[in-house]
Amino acid sequence: MKPPVPEIPVPVWRNFKDLQEWEQLHQVRPEGDKHSSAFLSITEGIHSFPGGFVVTTAADAFLNWARKSSVWPVTFGLACCAIEMMATFASRFDVERLGMVPWASPRHSDLMIVSGTVNIKMAPMLKRIYEQMPDPKWAVSMGSCANSGGPFRHGYFVVKGVDRVIPVDVYVPGCPPPPESLLNGLLLLQDQISHFRRTGKRAEPNPKVD
Amino acid sequence: MTLDQARTLIGQQFATAQIEAAVEGGPVVVTVSPDQWTAFAAFAKQDLRCRFFSFLTAVDWKDAGLELVVRLDNLDDRIGLMMKTKLGPGVSECPSITPIFRGANWMEREAYDMFGIRFAGHPDLRRILLSDDWEGHPLLKSYAVDTPHPPYR
Repeated sequence: MKPPVPEIPVPVWRNFKDLQEWEQLHQVRPEGDKHSSAFLSITEGIHSFPGGFVVTTAADAFLNWARKSSVWPVTFGLACCAIEMMATFASRFDVERLGMVPWASPRHSDLMIVSGTVNIKMAPMLKRIYEQMPDPKWAVSMGSCANSGGPFRHGYFVVKGVDRVIPVDVYVPGCPPPPESLLNGLLLLQDQISHFRRTGKRAEPNPKVD
Repeated sequence: MTLDQARTLIGQQFATAQIEAAVEGGPVVVTVSPDQWTAFAAFAKQDLRCRFFSFLTAVDWKDAGLELVVRLDNLDDRIGLMMKTKLGPGVSECPSITPIFRGANWMEREAYDMFGIRFAGHPDLRRILLSDDWEGHPLLKSYAVDTPHPPYR
């Protein structure tokens, strides 16, 4: 006699036709980083006040130092680049001396290192994790696949560059990039963060640094 | 049962089947018509005792149409069987062998996903790898690879 077959309930996500439909339920922010308008107008007022730029630049310097000294990357590994990313996080290269603590929750993180091939089925999840991170946030595209699709660019399933899904600050080339390359990219990102102006707005791209 | 006995048995049971010339150490390669597809699969399981279903896939020969390829193995007697069928130009219908080999279930779903072959008699013919709203079947030669697929491409 056979034991009775248990009835498995249908998973919740079956009710959604696609994750993209789920994405539409959430707010999309095309405007980028959000700032409080009152905070912006106060800082602009102080900056335009005679001699007030001393205050804002000092505040900028302090806040940017604080921001760049504790960039917490979310551990988001997609493919073989994740192995190099883990090596970067481990004791030999040790990004913790730069203030980077690999954290397993996007809600506590400031940086997303997209390490690996992003395919069309994965892109909505990647975008959702990026949108779960609090502002200000940054993204590093690691490796050829995340930069442009890499060797899979002519495949039918690949997003041809992660910058078609989320805004990217630093592109690290390589297939995969060794830990030294990623470390260089992270230092470049810290340089970019230190170029924030008026207490939080992104600076114009600087060809010397970027 | 040896390879030669298997060959003669196939020749007796399926007179119209084309058996390719033997290759040293290779499998028995048989091409049958789509009408005999399920009958041949049942024959391979029962009489040739090929109980191990290895894989099912398809080949797009452009103007000549699609060709279905299945590899079966008789692990006791070390007989490999490669059974093929040509669907003909423009045809994407084929009888399913899932009632005979349960392992063919997901393989046929994948063949449907990638080549658009409708397997008649399959219990649950849905896409397996690509998302449900995907348009087209990407491993067909006629599929344009660089067609935009909003919103991420």
